[in-house]
Amino acid sequence: MMRFILPFVVFMIMAAFMYVGLGLDPREVPSPLVGKAAPAFTLPQLHEPAKQFSTQDMKGKVWLFNVWASWCTACKDEHPVLMGLSRQNIVPIYGMDYKDKREDGEAVLRESGNPYTLVVSDTEGRVGIDYGVYGVPETYVIDKQGVIQYKQIGPVTPKNLSEKILPLVKELQAK
Amino acid sequence: MKYLLLLLVCLLPTLSYAGQATDMAADPVLEKRMIGLAENLRCLVCQNESLASSHADLAEDLRREVREQMKKGMNDQEIIDYLVSRYGDFVLYDPPVKRYTLVLWFGPFVLLLLGGGVLIYQLRKRKSQIVETKLSDADAQRAEALLNESPELQNKPKAPQA
Repeated sequence: MMRFILPFVVFMIMAAFMYVGLGLDPREVPSPLVGKAAPAFTLPQLHEPAKQFSTQDMKGKVWLFNVWASWCTACKDEHPVLMGLSRQNIVPIYGMDYKDKREDGEAVLRESGNPYTLVVSDTEGRVGIDYGVYGVPETYVIDKQGVIQYKQIGPVTPKNLSEKILPLVKELQAK
Repeated sequence: MKYLLLLLVCLLPTLSYAGQATDMAADPVLEKRMIGLAENLRCLVCQNESLASSHADLAEDLRREVREQMKKGMNDQEIIDYLVSRYGDFVLYDPPVKRYTLVLWFGPFVLLLLGGGVLIYQLRKRKSQIVETKLSDADAQRAEALLNESPELQNKPKAPQA
């Protein structure tokens, strides 16, 4: 009897590992930045390049920092979700147009609407590197002290918005 | 005309290489050092490629960043720390021993020990199952006879009969 039970148990253990493995996303690299201060930057605004935006301006506010680009297809899926969120006026969304041409970024927002309170452009992608961006879209939840509390890799969806991001935002706002 | 065309076609691959040269031109020593470092770093976009070999946009940016930091005089460890602080241990092909990498580092040895243990156990068990049986006299004689009848002897051409 043991002859059959032992291989079966070993098989079941392997199967369990593999089953869990199926549900994991290898593209999701845990960010070491969560729990750390959001890297400070000063960048020109997308719509008015002469004006600058600095992370200093955000002290005391809970905000979302969304990295997107006109060339990014997943951003198009995410766009309506962000539009909906901005209409609710719960939390300001600041966008960063990542490695993009100014005109292209502006055109996207003109055509499909602008969910952002303000957009900066990171044409060179340097601030992106500071934030550990490796695939757009990525969204950071930053608290009143300027600490990154959560990083959403990949598009914001109605699901992760209602289950993760919004509850966290409300919790941070109440602090 | 035909040969000229053929020659041009043969030259095509050299044209496609032209793009890479711009990156390398500036400082070959620094470039070599950068590639040496980047080979041990993982590209985050195409995860099974190293930072040195990846053509992803991000990899190019990171190579540029590494190059600039080398120019600033940072040593390799400082550059690695810089990247790890942004992208985590994931960028390292040689992950450090930490609580959550224990299984990765020592798991194979545990499996090896386990396998060795099972093997030894099985071999011992099999050894104990072997029962020595005494050869009966008749069998011993038969074996003796068979051994004496050497195969060489049998295969030898028979001596011509008188």
